Amino acid sequence: MTRAITIDSAGTQLRVYTYGDSKKTPIVLVHGYPDNHGVWEPVAERLASKHFVITYDVRGAGASDAPRKQSDYRMTQLSADLKAVVDSQIGDRPFHLAGHDWGSIQSWESVTAEGPLKARILSYTTISGPCLDHMGHWLRKRTLNLSPSAKAKVFKQALSSWYIGFFHLPVLAPSAWQGGLDKLWPQYLKHRENVVEPEPNPTQGKDGKHGVQLYRANFRNKLINPDARHAACPVQLIVPTRDNYVGTQLFEDLHEWVDELYRRDLNANHWVPLSHPETIAAWIEEFVSGVEKGKMSGALQHARVRPERRELPLYGKTAVVTGAGSGIGRATAFKLAEAGADLVCVDINEDSTERTAELSRLLGANAWARKVDVGSAQAMQRLAKWVEKELGGADIIVNNAGIGMAGGVLDTSTQDWDRILKVNLWGVIHGSRLFARQMVDNHRAGHIINVASAAAFAPNRKLAAYSTSKAAVYMLSECLRGELADHDIGVTAICPGFVATGIASNTVYTGMNEEEQAAKRAKADALYQRRNFSPEEVADAILNAVQTNPPLALVGAEAWTTRLLSRFAPALSRRVARIDITP
Amino acid sequence: MPILNARDMPEQRGYLPTAEELEGFRAAQQLAYAAAEAVAAELKPGMTEKQAAALQEIWLRDHGVTDWLHAPFAWFGDRTAFQGFKVAVQFLPTNRRLEENMPFILDNAPVLNGFTADIGYAGVLGENPILDRILDDLAEHRALILQLIRQGRSMRDVSRAVDKLILHQGFEPRHKAYPFEVLAHQVTRMTPRETPRRTMPFKFGMDFLGTLGRVALVARKQGWSPLWNSGEGSNHPPIPGLWAVEPHLGFRGVGAKFEELLVITEDDAYWLDDDIPHVRRWKERGLWPVADVPLLGA
Repeated sequence: MTRAITIDSAGTQLRVYTYGDSKKTPIVLVHGYPDNHGVWEPVAERLASKHFVITYDVRGAGASDAPRKQSDYRMTQLSADLKAVVDSQIGDRPFHLAGHDWGSIQSWESVTAEGPLKARILSYTTISGPCLDHMGHWLRKRTLNLSPSAKAKVFKQALSSWYIGFFHLPVLAPSAWQGGLDKLWPQYLKHRENVVEPEPNPTQGKDGKHGVQLYRANFRNKLINPDARHAACPVQLIVPTRDNYVGTQLFEDLHEWVDELYRRDLNANHWVPLSHPETIAAWIEEFVSGVEKGKMSGALQHARVRPERRELPLYGKTAVVTGAGSGIGRATAFKLAEAGADLVCVDINEDSTERTAELSRLLGANAWARKVDVGSAQAMQRLAKWVEKELGGADIIVNNAGIGMAGGVLDTSTQDWDRILKVNLWGVIHGSRLFARQMVDNHRAGHIINVASAAAFAPNRKLAAYSTSKAAVYMLSECLRGELADHDIGVTAICPGFVATGIASNTVYTGMNEEEQAAKRAKADALYQRRNFSPEEVADAILNAVQTNPPLALVGAEAWTTRLLSRFAPALSRRVARIDITP
Repeated sequence: MPILNARDMPEQRGYLPTAEELEGFRAAQQLAYAAAEAVAAELKPGMTEKQAAALQEIWLRDHGVTDWLHAPFAWFGDRTAFQGFKVAVQFLPTNRRLEENMPFILDNAPVLNGFTADIGYAGVLGENPILDRILDDLAEHRALILQLIRQGRSMRDVSRAVDKLILHQGFEPRHKAYPFEVLAHQVTRMTPRETPRRTMPFKFGMDFLGTLGRVALVARKQGWSPLWNSGEGSNHPPIPGLWAVEPHLGFRGVGAKFEELLVITEDDAYWLDDDIPHVRRWKERGLWPVADVPLLGA
């Protein structure tokens, strides 16, 4: 389906390649250095089913002309080339744009400079190629800044940009490409850049040699005299975090130049169009479709750069909180939202979890509500899949959902045992397993918080099922912590005392009729109210646990007491177990 | 704010105002709201709570008010949510300055020709989405309270239903910060004063604390409480009379309430006046009348 045609851009012949139906939404892909249009081929083929994809060899590369003069490689020329290419293929229609490496650097010119293209570009996906003007401002700000960390950032970038200095050396740089570097290049891509099967490029020597002009024609004056350049369209910034040439630090001020900026990190090297074509194609498609529809996907909403929240400790993190419709879960959701995280609020009660999400949004977070029965393996699996697909995974899991149940081992029917273990234990097992698996597979550091209880340490004849479920949650957390330590995933068990939440008024009293139960509930609720121990305090402990990763967090005097009794005075703890503690 | 004089307490259970008296109360309440709206329009960044309280007082004096149930109040910023309030003096106006996008609450209680009003007016200087949300959600409380009182439910249960709704909404019941955690208090006719009464917030505060003690005694004797809360003291059927109802909702340092008079008769109840700022706001936003009153099992 590829078509190739040569067009004229003010006397320079450019080779243009298109994929797919020209009536569909056009996307232009601009390649970098020392590549030609072929670097985009795997991505273009994937995009072509739904879009009209246009690539071309930029001047100096591939089958396009290579003007001799250095001044022919200035930004304005490169931008005029892009205009000639799109005009020849789609007339004056608007289009979406993506660039990699130098293709990205030069596309910034079209995206930000006041010119005929700025208004026609609907969206721009930039990969590993900063705007040189932005870079000039970035450098200026940090060189004038006397702090050691600012200096260190400049130094770090200078180290990875050694080749730019090299390219400014006369004779040597161009001749290196013809003296054998072109033959070695596929090996370099394979070993240094993790591109699995790099295809030899027939014009590699030419691409390398002429492309050096790009650096020579633009770097010096742009870095010394940067303009103030603002983008008009939404910009998706894709950052390969193991990029050997373009440091992530270069993008930290980008939001000052782009109003609607989305940033997505990819754990990869510089040549992502070759090494991760599926991901890159999917992300470009998702972004283009979001702009076309006027509504971004969940993952992009999460990826939106929000400068006002950047300083918050959990900025950029996604947290899943179960039992978020009330009590500790709801308080935790608010606390994490205030700390900068985005939230997936999970509860079996749809209205109340939607409400939690809504209020979390008022606190500045992106928040989604999901109705899920945590005791159901399928439902939890669907949740985990949804989080991975829509939001790209989670960083913090709070397995909090739980129910109360009072009664002895003998009074508790099999169904009741089943019911409480499903929610209190299986809910935590599902949440821990599914999300820990995702984190491990994606090499994502994270944190799993399991809400147990002071009852985990306190045996009592009238709280058998509840205490058993919570003791199991505690042990599960300790084991999981050992297992996940090597993966940089923290695990904490939170053990609160009697917190005033809905749990007391929903507790099941086994072996009693409804009326007796209601009376017990009212009494218990009154006691909880009098204790006046708010879920806020547990939420504080959870936020602290996310930041410091303790194995166990005891919250409230009851928790400390039961813990100390069970450790240092087990005999006394067993005496207490014989007392009926229900009201 | 619930400030009562024991000597103004009705001797019998309840108080049934005449139509003429109701007009007097309505006029007083309209004037109180007009004062709050006029002062709210004057608020500027940098103004203090004390200034805002004084402006209300001056405005009301200029409009013929000589007596007060309590001195005007003003709360700015997180003080609208009574954040960290432990003792009664913390309610008094401070030198907290108003800033852009900061919520505020004005509260005044003038006595006009012997008719008492006690109103609360919440707003923001600029924009505050959390405040908007709370103001919107207060509509459900106004509908809920009236519906349950009309059903003749015990006043304690009505207060508990309000607590439950606030919890469901995800907010905190900040009226619990008031002494005796009151949701409302009774308001009666007062003897018009010969000489204007001075408003000294601190003295009012002391008077108020003294009054509360006496009120509690009187109420116990009569078997009902003029202080309406979720406690056992309010576990009695609705008492006829005029009640200044003030559900106060807080969320993460932003607080808002309405306060206005509810009329309870022997067999019915209604809000004294619907032509007041927060109801007008709800009507504009299509939130009033409330279509589906959230009873939550009450």
